[in-house]
This record gives sequence, structure tokens and C-alpha cells, in this order.
Amino acid sequence: MPDGDSLAGPLDPAPDAGWVAAGPRMGFFTDTSVCIGCKACEVACKEWNDVPASGFDLLGMSYDNTGALTANSWRHVAFVEQSPPTGHDTPGTRFLGMPGPRPPGRDTGVEERTDFRWLMMSDVCKHCTHAACLDVCPTGALFRTEFGSVVVQQDICNGCGYCIPACPYGVIDQRRGDGRAWKCTLCYDRLGAGLTPACAQACPTESIQYGPLDELRERAATRVAQLHARGVPQARLYGHDPNDGVGGDGAFFLLLDEPQVYGLPPDPVAATRDLPRMWRRAGLAALTMAAAAVAAFVGRSS
Amino acid sequence: MSRQPRVGDLFRRFRQRLDGPAPHDVPPAGPGRARPRGGEELRVPEAEFTSYYGRPILKPPVWRWDIPAYLFTGGLAAGSSLLAAGGQLTGRPALRRAGRVTALGAVTASAYLLIHDLGRPARFHHMLRVAKPTSPMSVGTWILSAYGPAAGLAAVAEVATWLPERGAAGRARRLLPPAGQVAGLAAAATAPALATYTGVLLATTAVPSWHGAYPHLPIIFAGSALASGAGVGLIAAPCGQVGPARRLALAGAALELYGARSVKTRLGLLSEPYTTGAAGRLLRAGRALTVAGVFGALVARRSRVLSGLSGAALLAASVATRFGIFHGGVASARDPKYTVVPQRERLRRRQADPD
Repeated sequence: MPDGDSLAGPLDPAPDAGWVAAGPRMGFFTDTSVCIGCKACEVACKEWNDVPASGFDLLGMSYDNTGALTANSWRHVAFVEQSPPTGHDTPGTRFLGMPGPRPPGRDTGVEERTDFRWLMMSDVCKHCTHAACLDVCPTGALFRTEFGSVVVQQDICNGCGYCIPACPYGVIDQRRGDGRAWKCTLCYDRLGAGLTPACAQACPTESIQYGPLDELRERAATRVAQLHARGVPQARLYGHDPNDGVGGDGAFFLLLDEPQVYGLPPDPVAATRDLPRMWRRAGLAALTMAAAAVAAFVGRSS
Repeated sequence: MSRQPRVGDLFRRFRQRLDGPAPHDVPPAGPGRARPRGGEELRVPEAEFTSYYGRPILKPPVWRWDIPAYLFTGGLAAGSSLLAAGGQLTGRPALRRAGRVTALGAVTASAYLLIHDLGRPARFHHMLRVAKPTSPMSVGTWILSAYGPAAGLAAVAEVATWLPERGAAGRARRLLPPAGQVAGLAAAATAPALATYTGVLLATTAVPSWHGAYPHLPIIFAGSALASGAGVGLIAAPCGQVGPARRLALAGAALELYGARSVKTRLGLLSEPYTTGAAGRLLRAGRALTVAGVFGALVARRSRVLSGLSGAALLAASVATRFGIFHGGVASARDPKYTVVPQRERLRRRQADPD
């Protein structure tokens, strides 16, 4: 049972949740600078975890026809088509037309051609240090594993839906026709057997790296420094800071633009951080209510 | 499952949006997001921000109409129990009877709505596996578990006089009224918690306009619960006993109006969802009905009809307010603006002044 101190700030979540012989905290480092948008992670995740099909549609969002992380998509590759900041074209997302057999702009002639960059990012559940979904779950279906990840026990979940608006990243979701909440498990079953999660295993460019979180953080810091030295000043880490609003993520990222460009919140906060203050406000309101009722009846008799 | 949309429908709609005038909720994405410089012509700059194809960052709540309806019935039960306890202690049987019976009806409806909203209703009892202070829903489950039976026993005690005087039924007839007195007081003791925890329930989410409103939601819900309880009294009680209900209506309405005003004016950008669209209309209707109900209750000294109408207006006001607060939050989760802009501001302030 978390006390007031474990609602915010840096900590090691597995021992905090009561694991006595927990190993190092495991997680993902997703380096988007080497992502090629192959979606092997999406496919591997679906295959291994037997995640149902999410239905096929063209979304008009570059090569992204998955749309978002949902109950049926536990990895989501985002595609952003950008003009350069100092470009001669109007700023903003550029639509490059339907995917064709040849590179965009090849058929339009030199004068029509513009510079652009293509950002790709494989998004996933962040396995927060202070996981709001886990804290608000009223059945105990969501739990902290010995690897520090957050997993839904599907035989317990009764589909109350509280975890869904609680997640500051919009990750966990209710599956239609099933009613329960589903999300990435960090391949809890594979981890137990000493294997790498399916998405990281399938990633051909090591954009998705799996390992002990401390090690990944060091590797990420080195990579950012390297990119800065090579003249990519936009490179930044996201979710690596144990002092942020969720106590740091178990799955963090190297991004090449601001988080919101990829559909990530710029400064996520676990709402449970404010619980003591919120309960105090509710207590005050309850006392006011009781006092009003007493006053209404002891006031002058009618 | 019956009719699958044609493949590519979303894509076609996206193209239409690009060709037509861009709606304000799909802002330009990409790196050129600096505010225009030297723009004397700019008055209040529209909050500019980047998003991923205008898609929401958060998942809006999956709760259907059941949950705002429960916010009302839970509050109604709490308000009615306070009214009943007041009636019980000050010798106003009409208020006591109406309060107890309404409380049982409302708490039964609450249980139905809460279970009906679950993705797996047959597993509702899994809520009773744990008691978690970090989960307002778990806290609420236990509050309801304490309140429900007490409110039920108090209401059942009201029918004791219908029982025959002999045998086991006769014993029940003698035992029920004192048990009802104790149960009625127990229900009233837990009622304020039942009415206000729902404020924390909504606020402990990432939904921007709910979490931002955490200081105000319990006040609104407490006021709304008192006003709806008072509404029951105004409808049910004869003129001779209606005085406390009238004062309760005044207190409840004052709290409800004060709280609703706070969320509409004191949250900055996050107030916007409460003033526009369906939520804005509902909250405006709630305010009008509250004012009408209180006014009617105060002038209806001798008229039971006017009293009853005022009570009905207060009940309707409570429904409108609950649905308004609910839909305001849902709207704020659907538009990435309400997630990105306040968070970016917070980040900027922290970077400017790290302490």
C-alpha cells in the first residue's frame, strides 16, 4: 500500500510495491533517430500477444494507419512529415500524397521539390514510476511486476474504465466487445523466461532497446551527446527524468522535436500526486455540507 | 459490427479538411510554431500549439451516461439522508419519510448505474477485493457499502406500521422503528462523504478540466447534493414542515452556484470547455434552474404547488450541473489543446524559474 511519500518523486517501483528480491528495473529506450518506420514492432507485438486486429482503414496520417495506442495496438509507429523550420515553404505538416512506388517529389520535377524531414517514432506504454492507472485501479487488476513494469490481470479487471482517463499519456484503453482494459505488458511472459520483449526483438535497427533502466539511461545520454556533437541540436530525451510528474518512465524516448509533435504530452503528471490535497478539499466540502444541514434544521423553526 | 465503414473513409475526410478551410481544432503542425512576431494587429493570440494530426493525446473517459447520472443519484441519496435525519431529530415526519424513501430509491439506482457501466458487470464484486486509498473509486465503493445498507434499513423501517401486530412480523414491527432511527443517523453520517468523494473521483484523472478543477468539484457536488435533497423535501412536505428544506435549498444552491462559477472563471484555458458546447448549455441551464428553484422556494410560503415546482427545478438543476461538469471534462480530453497548452506553459515557467 503506497503511503503519501510514494505518490511522487524518484523511487524504485518494484521494491516500493513490496517485491523483496526484485532484480533491476527493466524498460525500453526507443531511439527515434534510427527508426525507419517498418512497423515490425507493431506486428511482432500483435503476433506474440495475440492482440486482435484493429480493423483496416487509411487515416491520411502519412504512413500511419494505426492511429494511436489502443486496446488493440500496444505499439504504434507515428509518422510526421515536416518542412524544415527555415524552409521556403509554408510551415506545418506537409502532405506528401499517397504512398507510391517512388520517393515523394520524384515525379513532380525539381522546382516542385522541397526539403522535408520524416519523423518516425514507435510509441508504447511508458510503465511510469508513479503509474496513475495502477494507483486508481479499484480492483487491484493492475499491478507492479518484479521488473518494475505495470500489467493488467485480465482475470480480475471488471472494466470499470477508471484507468483510461487516469493515464496522462492516453495509453490504456477499453477493448470494445470485451469490456476490459488492455495495454502493453512489457511482454511479462517473455521477461519471466529471460527473453527480450517481442517488439525489441523484432526491431531491425535497434531503435527499440530493452534492458536494465539504469544502463539504458546511460546509453541514451551518450547517444544524445553524440547527436548534439554531430549537429542535431533538436535531439532530446523524453521521459528519462526521475523528477518529472510521473517519476520517470520505464519506457523513455529520444525525440527529434517537441513531444507534442509526436502526440506525447509535454509535461505529463500522474493525477494521484495531488491526492492528499484533493482529499482535503473533499473533506472540507463534506464538513461544509454537514454544517449546512445542521444549520438548516436548528435555524428558527417555521 | 453490422455496417463496416468503407476503407479509406477517414482518409477522404482528412483530404476534405485539408482542401476546405481548416477548422480551429486542427492547428498547423510542424516546426514553424513560433508566434508571429511584431504583430500589432494581434489582440488575444489564439493559443498556438502543435499536435499529432489534431488527434487527442489523452483517451477520453469511456464512461457513458450512467456515470453522470450516478453523480446525480448518489448526491440525491446523500442529500435525502441528511434531510431525513434532520426530520427525524426535529420531529418532522414528512421530511423523514420522504428523505428515507428517496435515499433508498436513489442508492438503488446508483448501484444499478455503477454496475451497468462496467465493461464486465458480472465482475462488479471484484471492487470488494481491495481497499485502496489511492483509488477514489475504491474509497467510493466502501463508502457506498457502508451507506447503502444503512439507508436501506432506514427506509424499510418506514413501513413498520403496515406489519401485523402479532408473531414474528409483530416483533419486526416493534424493532424496526428504533433500528431505523439508528440506521438513519448512520446513513446521514456517511452521506457527506458519499456526496463529495465523486469530486475526487473525477479530479484524479488526466482529464485537464477535471483535474484542474479539483479544488472546486467537491464544493459543487456538495451543494448540488444538498439542493437535490432539499428539492425532495419541497416536493413531499406540507407547508408546516418545509422550512428546513427551504433553508437547505438556499445553502445548497449557494455552494453549487459558487463552485460552478469558480470552474467557469478561475481555470484559465481549462474553463473554456465548461462555457462552450453541450457542457456550457447544461451548466447555464443548471444555473437558471437553481436560481428559479431557490427563488420559488423562498416565495412559496403557503403554496404547496409552487413549493413542489421549486423542488422539481432544484432536482433538474442538479441533473444539468452533473452532466455539464461531466461533458466539460470529456470535451477537454478530446481536444489536444487543453493537454498541450497548459503543460507547455507549466514547463516554460519551470524552466524560467527552476528552484
